[in-house]
Amino acid sequence: MLRKLLDQLYRPFAKDGKLHWLYPLYEVTDTFLYTPGNVSSGAPHVRDGIDLKRLMSVVVVALLPCFFMAMHNTGYQANRALALNPATGNPAAGNPAAGANQEKGADQENGPSQASGDASEDSLESAAGKIQPLDSWRNGVLSALGCGHDSQRFIDNFLLGALYFLPVYLVTLIAGGLWEVLFSLVRRHEINEGFLVTSALFPLTLPPTIPLWQVALGISFGVVIGKEIFGGTGKNFMNPALTGRAFLYFAYAGSMTGSTIWTAVDGFSGATPLGALSDATADQTVTMLTGYHWWDCFLGYIQGSMGETSTLACLFGAVVLVALGIGSWRIMVSVTLGALATATVFWLASGNSTNAMMHLPPLWHLVIGGFAFGAVFMATDPVTAPMTNMAKWWYGGLIGVMTILIRVINPAYPEGIMLAILFGNVMAPLIDYFVIEANIKRRKARYATR
Amino acid sequence: MDDLLSIFMKSVFVENMALAFFLGMCTFLAVSKTVKTAMGLGVAVVVIMTITIPANNLIYQYLLKKGALTWVHPAWAEIDLEFLSLISFIGVIAAMVQILEMTLDRHFPPLYNALGIFLPLITVNCAILGGSLFMQQRDYNFTQSCVYGFGAGLGWALAIAALAGIREKLKYSDVPDGLKGLGITFMTVGLMALAFMSFGGM
Repeated sequence: MLRKLLDQLYRPFAKDGKLHWLYPLYEVTDTFLYTPGNVSSGAPHVRDGIDLKRLMSVVVVALLPCFFMAMHNTGYQANRALALNPATGNPAAGNPAAGANQEKGADQENGPSQASGDASEDSLESAAGKIQPLDSWRNGVLSALGCGHDSQRFIDNFLLGALYFLPVYLVTLIAGGLWEVLFSLVRRHEINEGFLVTSALFPLTLPPTIPLWQVALGISFGVVIGKEIFGGTGKNFMNPALTGRAFLYFAYAGSMTGSTIWTAVDGFSGATPLGALSDATADQTVTMLTGYHWWDCFLGYIQGSMGETSTLACLFGAVVLVALGIGSWRIMVSVTLGALATATVFWLASGNSTNAMMHLPPLWHLVIGGFAFGAVFMATDPVTAPMTNMAKWWYGGLIGVMTILIRVINPAYPEGIMLAILFGNVMAPLIDYFVIEANIKRRKARYATR
Repeated sequence: MDDLLSIFMKSVFVENMALAFFLGMCTFLAVSKTVKTAMGLGVAVVVIMTITIPANNLIYQYLLKKGALTWVHPAWAEIDLEFLSLISFIGVIAAMVQILEMTLDRHFPPLYNALGIFLPLITVNCAILGGSLFMQQRDYNFTQSCVYGFGAGLGWALAIAALAGIREKLKYSDVPDGLKGLGITFMTVGLMALAFMSFGGM
């Protein structure tokens, strides 16, 4: 029936129809609903019969656990901060390391200190007198649904997190989608599901407290400058989502870095583990680590950008991507190996160095910060990664090494994976070039000896 | 040692001649169409910078700086020839390029042929003069200026090679008509600069 409707609607959009200038819009609705008759045949997806749209949809499916964790953890962190901060406000301010430990201990004692369930009116009242946790509309929605601020209750966390994550996601979709549609109408190319992936990745890399206008600005920069001016999906050389994030990172450092932005509660300060580490002194590292549990970091119950905290969710995504042959396992493995090797070297060489990062055991590097998210979803972007298999190893290794180098020796940027991947993107065509040259040379030598 | 490492990392990434100071743009944009020529030019710049910056450092330390001439005669301690530094640096660079060209022509003809026109061209490359002037401004000693010269050259070479790689890839892109050519190249360079900021704040 839908098919019929679409076919009937086809006429005005056809070559000489009145609405032909809107054809890309028609096309995207059509092919989104039905598999198009023609499959992609050019780069970057020459090796498979599935078309670009299905391929990009799989990436979105692989991202679902990250979405899920993003909402859950954002709510969890906010609710926990609320529970920890009775009227006084902010015990965790000042020394982030001590704050982290304190948080942990207090969390176990306090447990469900807030009223739960249908007592949401009460918690609302009490919250009003304390630090202001939420905008009023979020409170309104929460109480309408009968949820409180109990960090032990799954549904409370999830809903609260969703109220933070969804606006960011919607703004990304609308602002980015607007540009996408505009460019495709003017330049007459198809609207591409590549944008669906970009718009799914972008909000996951942002902190929950980011102002929405910055979200719109960031995704606009990523989509227009990072992708569309080069001709759209498949023709850009830098990952659009990361380009947008890097733009925000440098232009509005205040809302992208620091220790106050990671929890969706005003006035609460809780640094990401990496941020806390880069502020800490060397002998604090060991104490710091007792404040976090490796498994907590692995599962994702730590401060950080919304979607990047959970290594487990990223692993799930990695399995899906590799199993369906979409993400390159070579890149994922080589990024991890490069990072592990570099981290091990620093760890062994740490001795009595004053750099706290150097004392961090290598395995920890893998679970804190955005490492897993970047390695699985960002570095493997088939458009901006190199094409040849050998080059993929080098590219991944370069990203891994650069990530740890930035983390350890640059005190200004506690997180390295974003800039490391962008650097890898810039170097990717060159690496490809060298690999191809080497191949040509080897073959020449082989044929010469015959 | 830490100090030298930090100078090296800084000169390659943070203070990249091409992507942070936008020096040497004319050659940077003109010669980055294919990876092969870009590499040739990159190597030439690395060699020239590694030679001229330490050489200029010696000249500055022992001839031009205020009080540098004390080693000739104690009475000359007051002489300050710093106003001559710009012209002497250019002279040194031009002379070095000439000497290098002749040496290569005589002893390494393949390399000489590979570099071709780029060797004389980089005499007037502002990145190279800029390197010497930064060395003077920051008062590097001889070892530091050796490291700095190599690092700055390497950073520039890395940038031009990467840009050439990207431009070769961009041939298959569908750039709007108004942006074709230099326009998109400038955009590309801007985006590359974003990616090279990884060690900023060190």
